[in-house]
Amino acid sequence: MAIEVRIPTILRNYTGGAKAVTAEGATLDELISNLESAHPGIKERLVDQGALRRFVNVYLNDEDVRFLGGLGTPVSDGDTVTVLPAVAGG
Amino acid sequence: MLQISQELADKIVAHARADHPDEACGVIAGRDGVPERFVPMANAERSPTFYRFDSMEQLRVWREMDDRDEEPVVIYHSHTATEAYPSRTDISYASEPNAHYVLVSTRDEAEVEFRSYRILDGVVTEEEVRFVP
Repeated sequence: MAIEVRIPTILRNYTGGAKAVTAEGATLDELISNLESAHPGIKERLVDQGALRRFVNVYLNDEDVRFLGGLGTPVSDGDTVTVLPAVAGG
Repeated sequence: MLQISQELADKIVAHARADHPDEACGVIAGRDGVPERFVPMANAERSPTFYRFDSMEQLRVWREMDDRDEEPVVIYHSHTATEAYPSRTDISYASEPNAHYVLVSTRDEAEVEFRSYRILDGVVTEEEVRFVP
């Protein structure tokens, strides 16, 4: 099962500069763990205490996974996961 | 240094004025570091002290930029009661290392404060802004 993961500029130091990488898993959680094994350090930038970080947006195809099932969201072959840091401030 | 057309700078200020007292935010997309296309964004927080791009709008706009080979050259937002300097939250959430972070203050009705910064790994560096025709 190959799922394309699109990586934002600020996290490309974990992927050797690649804009997109592939990973595997049945859920977003598994996908991120698989990503971590190939790109150590990236998981901590996405997940904190068992939940997605508040200021990181993760999309499954065209949907924000917060409106799906968070880390438990099922993913499957051919899906695209996009990571975008939230643009926010005070 | 940020070089930006007067027309784009005026659009940023007009957006900030229109949304006052809430913070306004958006992007100027462009190529090779040249700001070209004005993309005002909704402030999902609708707040006078905080801003956040709506996540679905952000996905759409970021994809559009990708398709057009553009980058977010400028990321702007307004402060409505304080100076145009990055706040602690602005610094901690800054996530586009190549962007010019433009801050506009609308605290004074008559005078505009328009300043630009690089924010990298928690370090803020103010830069000169040059307005061009």
